[in-house]
Amino acid sequence: MLLKPDPTFYASPKDAINAPPETLAYVALLSTTGNGVPHRIGVIDTDPTSPRYATEIGGVALPNTGDEVHHFGWNACSAALCPFAPHPHVERRYLIVPGLRSSRIHIIDTKPDPSQPRIVRVIEPEEIVKRTGYTRPHTVHCGPDAIYISALGNADGDGPGGIFMMDCDTFDIIGPWEKDRGPQYLAYDFWWHLTHDVLISSEWGTPKMLEGGLNPELLLAGKYGHHLHFWDLKSRKHKQSIDLGAEQQMVLELRPSHDPANEWGFAGVVVSLKDLSSSIWLWHRRNGEWTADKVIEIPAEPADPSVLPDLLKGFAAVPPLLSDIDLSVDDRYLYASCWGTGEMRQYDVSDPFNPKLVGSVRIGGIAKRTPHPANPGKALAGGPQMVEISRDGRRVYFTNSLYRAWDDQFYPDGIGSWMVKLDVAGDGKIAFDEKFFVEFDPAHRVHQVRLQGGDASSDSYCFS
Amino acid sequence: MSNSFVWLTLFLLGCYHGLNPGMGWLFAVALGYQDRSTLAVVRAIVPLTLGHVISVAIVVLVATFAAVQLPHKAVHVAAAAILIGFGVYRLVRARHIRWVGMRVGFWGLTLWGFLMSSAHGAGLMLLPMVMPMSGSAGAARGAFTMSWLMVGVHTLGYVVTVAAVALLVYMKFGVRFLRTAWLNVDAVWAAALILTGIIAFLT
Repeated sequence: MLLKPDPTFYASPKDAINAPPETLAYVALLSTTGNGVPHRIGVIDTDPTSPRYATEIGGVALPNTGDEVHHFGWNACSAALCPFAPHPHVERRYLIVPGLRSSRIHIIDTKPDPSQPRIVRVIEPEEIVKRTGYTRPHTVHCGPDAIYISALGNADGDGPGGIFMMDCDTFDIIGPWEKDRGPQYLAYDFWWHLTHDVLISSEWGTPKMLEGGLNPELLLAGKYGHHLHFWDLKSRKHKQSIDLGAEQQMVLELRPSHDPANEWGFAGVVVSLKDLSSSIWLWHRRNGEWTADKVIEIPAEPADPSVLPDLLKGFAAVPPLLSDIDLSVDDRYLYASCWGTGEMRQYDVSDPFNPKLVGSVRIGGIAKRTPHPANPGKALAGGPQMVEISRDGRRVYFTNSLYRAWDDQFYPDGIGSWMVKLDVAGDGKIAFDEKFFVEFDPAHRVHQVRLQGGDASSDSYCFS
Repeated sequence: MSNSFVWLTLFLLGCYHGLNPGMGWLFAVALGYQDRSTLAVVRAIVPLTLGHVISVAIVVLVATFAAVQLPHKAVHVAAAAILIGFGVYRLVRARHIRWVGMRVGFWGLTLWGFLMSSAHGAGLMLLPMVMPMSGSAGAARGAFTMSWLMVGVHTLGYVVTVAAVALLVYMKFGVRFLRTAWLNVDAVWAAALILTGIIAFLT
């Protein structure tokens, strides 16, 4: 219990953009083979004045094998300043780290030494199933009354997936969140418009549809998720679904506006069955009803079939495979990871209805294999994937692994393991930081990034 | 305790309750921001105050009833024990309110104000003032009139403070200062409850 609010909490996004630059980043390092080698959380030095800048300076291995670290989040964030459930004297201190495959959840203490985190509690999958019925925990968000965690499926690997709650003081699993899930069956990401009492959730697939690799039959039949769901946060009831169309396969990351006065946000769709394009949709409320408009379409790029994996040979094209998007805290720039084509795109979304493509960098890619400027001779596999933006919007970090079973399908000759950083100039121009090219040991791949003190996808604000 | 001291203390306790960002004014400010309207700030203060009054009045009236009906010493010891016990509970088990929802109507805000005030033991803090007054008022009727008056003076302190702080923050200062200035008054609050219990026990 602190005497003053945790210094990393900000009442509004306007304040948060003045946050000091992060000196550390936490990354999820998953075992490449999936067996025998423990997964771990790594700590990367992001302080440019440090002699160990852009190297792994610490971390902690998980006690078991087979967990598959993926996404993770903080025990507390700026939502603690929300006026209806104020508790700003808690510490942003613990990382909540689910094992996406094992369904184990690890509570990792980042104090006293933030570069040497320690595991303080492990919640076993049996406990989670017993209390919630769910497995495969995914997204973690610190909410006003609890820690909310999404889950992809049930104990048998089927649906429905959903959301469950964890006590924010004791880290005990409370139970499933939903009181009435309506037609919702598939799950993936969720976030909210906290001050409007609205929760939004998206759809990937059930564990059985994912864990053996991307199933082309299910994909071509349009069986992966293609809905957005809108819920009442108070009553925990499903209110509305939007079908983006069965050809829009896999609705993944959700990035609502950080400004609590707004009721709009972006959702990324991995692939369209029509033309292999990816798309980004803007959800917004019109006359009380939610609607979603496709505001960005990213086309597939033609490629020589000889360089393509079996899955894509017949198409003679590389789909962008938009796997992550991230919105800067000032709601100005949206970054879009094109994991297939090896491109990171930057859109100016000052007018969210009319995004403008203003920046692009290339790295990796199924066909192009673009190198990093730090090592121009080395062709890179994998592509821009999990992307995280610093609170001031000046630094953008991203990693190259999507999901173990799927990496191997799209990059069958190996994906490597790297993390890079873009600098964002005062006028918004992006460029690689040539000093920041982190390559990890071959036994681990790298997925989500969390920045010390919070980042553009960790905190919710209740004041404009 | 002299009469004027008691009334002043009641009023100042109301101010103290009102000053706590977790007791209402911050909610009013947030609603003002959301609707971009000063009127929304003012409108929120009414149910917030009502919730506070209900919470405090229940405690005060029950205490008055006990003071009138039961032996003086027993009531004092019981009141002191409750205060000290509640203070210790709040020190040991500091959990924040589990409330979700900002789009709440009049009665939702009233309920919120009631729950927040009750969870903080706002009414309990008035006991040392209430018990001697109600005891000395003699007839039950007089005691209850006096108790209502006390609730009224306390509420006046609360509402004046909430209104002043909410409007000043909304119109002039903004909420930026919160992240450095929001002292953890929960510990102070718990200590105040325990101290109040000791005072109640001794008087």
